[in-house]
Amino acid sequence: MTRRRIRGAVAVPALGVVGAVVFWGLSGLPSFGDYHGQYGRLINDVALPERHTTNAVTATVFDYRGLDTLGEEFILFAAVTGVVLLLRKSGRRGVDAAPKDRVTSDALRLFGMLALAGGVLVGLWLAAYGYVTPGGGFQGGVAIASAFALLYLAAGYRAFARRTSEEALDPLEATGAGGFAVVGLAALISGLPFLANLLGPGQPSTLFSGGSIAFVNWAAAIEVAAANTILFKAFLEQYIVPLAAARSRR
Amino acid sequence: MIVETLVPLQAMILALVAVAAASVALCRSPLRQILLSGVYGLLLVVLFVVLQAPDVALSMLVATTVAYPLVVLVAIARTGARRPDGDEERQR
Amino acid sequence: MNFLAFGVAGWICLVGFYGAIVSENLIHLALCLTVIQSSTYVLLLSIGYRTGGGAPIFKGVKLGTTSVDPVVQALALTDVVISVTVIALILALALDAHNDAGTVDPDELAEFHG
Repeated sequence: MTRRRIRGAVAVPALGVVGAVVFWGLSGLPSFGDYHGQYGRLINDVALPERHTTNAVTATVFDYRGLDTLGEEFILFAAVTGVVLLLRKSGRRGVDAAPKDRVTSDALRLFGMLALAGGVLVGLWLAAYGYVTPGGGFQGGVAIASAFALLYLAAGYRAFARRTSEEALDPLEATGAGGFAVVGLAALISGLPFLANLLGPGQPSTLFSGGSIAFVNWAAAIEVAAANTILFKAFLEQYIVPLAAARSRR
Repeated sequence: MIVETLVPLQAMILALVAVAAASVALCRSPLRQILLSGVYGLLLVVLFVVLQAPDVALSMLVATTVAYPLVVLVAIARTGARRPDGDEERQR
Repeated sequence: MNFLAFGVAGWICLVGFYGAIVSENLIHLALCLTVIQSSTYVLLLSIGYRTGGGAPIFKGVKLGTTSVDPVVQALALTDVVISVTVIALILALALDAHNDAGTVDPDELAEFHG
């Protein structure tokens, strides 16, 4: 018997026992749709009058549970640092060693350009109006980073690498992560609770609502966009450089 | 959305999600698995919209259709993932 | 309906664990981990659901209409974005192991001595 079969045979009864306990626990939950939590109800009633944000989820992420989001941002920072330590090649060897892979299809280049512009705009809009309509810094950041990945597909690795240099992205990511903490600490220094609103509440349903939530939202968007772009670039470099080496050997 | 029309929709999507999750976990070739994972992610997006969570659906959409395939495909290409019946997809 | 929502979350978690246990490839393992994480999202959102409730967005919607819970949505949404980078870290470790040992099979890696 292969190891895999042995492991499978041992896993099924063990998972059966675990599954029985899990399902027994899940059966004790209140029935689906019968939600009794007071905290959620309170936030729904209070988010618009207090913070003038029509999106209660973004108000929760960046204000009421802002401390949790700070921890998540540092998880992101640590994970990207780990990836960079493992994968990044020193010096500019990466870009110069990349093969000259000009995309020759005009349709691809045109579509890529249009989709890139559209993608960046949609990402910026998701991030900017995050506290008015569904969206937020996290979603907008990943959308912007995905649009930059499209640049690689439509224009080749050299164009992508030139526009996503480490000297620009690393400080941006750090600014995003630190900006969150700084906005919170600025409130703490002036004697208010952490992440208390420093600006006026503003007009609901417009861009000028939410006070400090707007700044924290943008800090999160910048950090997530920069972190994901660094990630994509480190992985793509892993893919491109051996291709170039193999090509030069031939 | 009216409650009566929502329940069969939710039940159907939950059943589809269960089947898709099993197919992602039990598929043995990583290349096929990442394609199935894209489908699974899209089904999860529909589930999150039906459960009235548009923010979570947005983040799942961009993460599972762009970010995951990119990093996993690069990893598959670099490690020359092997099919279970012995053929090698690519060796580098 | 009650059992379906929570049962599906439990089923996804268990099947993800089974896939991770019998995995022969570290990349396959990373994708099974994403399946396990997605089971927590389904469970969280099912717990926060209120029958007849709408999304917790109040633009053009009168304050006080029944809405689902925003706190669990906040937890799930940051988790989705962060898990991308964590899985990327796991894949980077797998690539590193491949560079050292030439294989991504966990069984063969376990026998590899430095």
